[in-house]
Amino acid sequence: MKYVDEFRDPIKAKALSDEIHGLRDVLIHNGVMANDKALQLMEFCGGHTHSIFRYGIEQMLPDWLELVHGPGCPVCVLPMGRVDDCVQLAEQPNVIFTTFGDAIRVPGSEKSLLQAKASGADIRIVYSPLDALALARKYPNHEVIFFALGFETTMPSTALTVLQAANENIKNFSLFCNHITTVPTIKAILDSPDIQIDAFLAPGHVSMVVGEKPFEFVADYYHKPIVITGFEPLDILQSIWMVLKQLAEQRCEVENQYARIVTADGNTTALNAINQVFELRKVFEWRGLGTIDHSGIQMRDKFALFDAEKKFDVANIKIADPKSCQCGDVLKGVIRPWECKAFGSSCTPETPMGALMVSSEGACAAYYNYGNLPVLSAKRQQKHRQSIEVSEV
Amino acid sequence: MCLGIPGQIVEIIDKEALIARVNISGIKRPVNIACIVSDDHPPENCINDWVLVHVGFAMSRLDEDQAHKTLALLKELGEMQEEMAAIESSQDIMGD
Repeated sequence: MKYVDEFRDPIKAKALSDEIHGLRDVLIHNGVMANDKALQLMEFCGGHTHSIFRYGIEQMLPDWLELVHGPGCPVCVLPMGRVDDCVQLAEQPNVIFTTFGDAIRVPGSEKSLLQAKASGADIRIVYSPLDALALARKYPNHEVIFFALGFETTMPSTALTVLQAANENIKNFSLFCNHITTVPTIKAILDSPDIQIDAFLAPGHVSMVVGEKPFEFVADYYHKPIVITGFEPLDILQSIWMVLKQLAEQRCEVENQYARIVTADGNTTALNAINQVFELRKVFEWRGLGTIDHSGIQMRDKFALFDAEKKFDVANIKIADPKSCQCGDVLKGVIRPWECKAFGSSCTPETPMGALMVSSEGACAAYYNYGNLPVLSAKRQQKHRQSIEVSEV
Repeated sequence: MCLGIPGQIVEIIDKEALIARVNISGIKRPVNIACIVSDDHPPENCINDWVLVHVGFAMSRLDEDQAHKTLALLKELGEMQEEMAAIESSQDIMGD
């Protein structure tokens, strides 16, 4: 177990935590932080959210720093109507519907993919889009549809699979494309009037594909520091320190903490495959965030034969989220997960109402699994009492 | 699906389609290596490379020490269970 010991290096972690705590005075002195107002730092990526909770990183941070858990979990931001579309596709005769395991429990308006499978639809969990393509080869008389999900991290895999299918002239394989793209989403967050983020941690594996340049607008136009961040506990602590140091020194630039994986230009082969197969959608609907211009990805006309939306009749169902579900406000950082009325009562990982409770990368599931539930419940009651007092005044 | 798991390339299965067999924590499965090959690093030079595998695609090379560290951490915390179960259950589709 020598490797784990090395990574858990408590001395390094403590040193980083001390450095972070030590930045307070200079942040106040330089007017970056007011005495009574915490700085808000958004980790965009669900993988980071998961790591932050898994390793108890928030407990090592000062109380003048608040982490806002961003919308970078593709499963969590999937609108209910898209799940309904999937179920409808999967229930067509002769279809084998394939999906990553992450998406199978996301509730639709009537059922999840798991429930549709239980009632007889041929739905299979696959590890890779390559497995879906292998199924298409194996069952030439069936239509195999792959539910393509994810940001730029998974986009090269589906793009290269489509190119392979085209190369082999496989006619019974298609994507139901629900990829989303990072940059317009960060831009929408920065443009939103009710969000005040001071700095960002950029997603490490998206950056591995797209490189550093696409994030330059955050520093250049919005004057916010941003650090490309790895997924191990020391990576995250170091990135938090780097981004706070930028704030303290009144710099804003793209810094790359995850240079062992991320290069300035990204992965050219992956980007070429993405550009060949995909293009931006005009608008895409997000759970809780509404529609965001150019944030979705669709297949180019050239690949219409591999596009489930063109091959089949997809209803494109629009379903409003349940009223009691506040996933949207949590995604925007307006409320914390435990402040949602449904949290831990009508919405739990076993019976999720909102998508943030479904995926282990969702902020609500993270709080539920790793947070101190009695403490959170007491905090919610206190907050509720305060709001009643305010409204009575 | 967003998790990258380190694996080691064991052999090249299909040089044209750029498919290699990769040992991911004891399970060997076909992985696409298009994103890590180049003129300077052709498929035949990829044997024994450690790579970060995302949903069946090698997305980045990494050094052996780093690969072991990442694997050990993922294993100790049970982070890989879902992905490994999916890899294992796909063996009958991908078996050759």
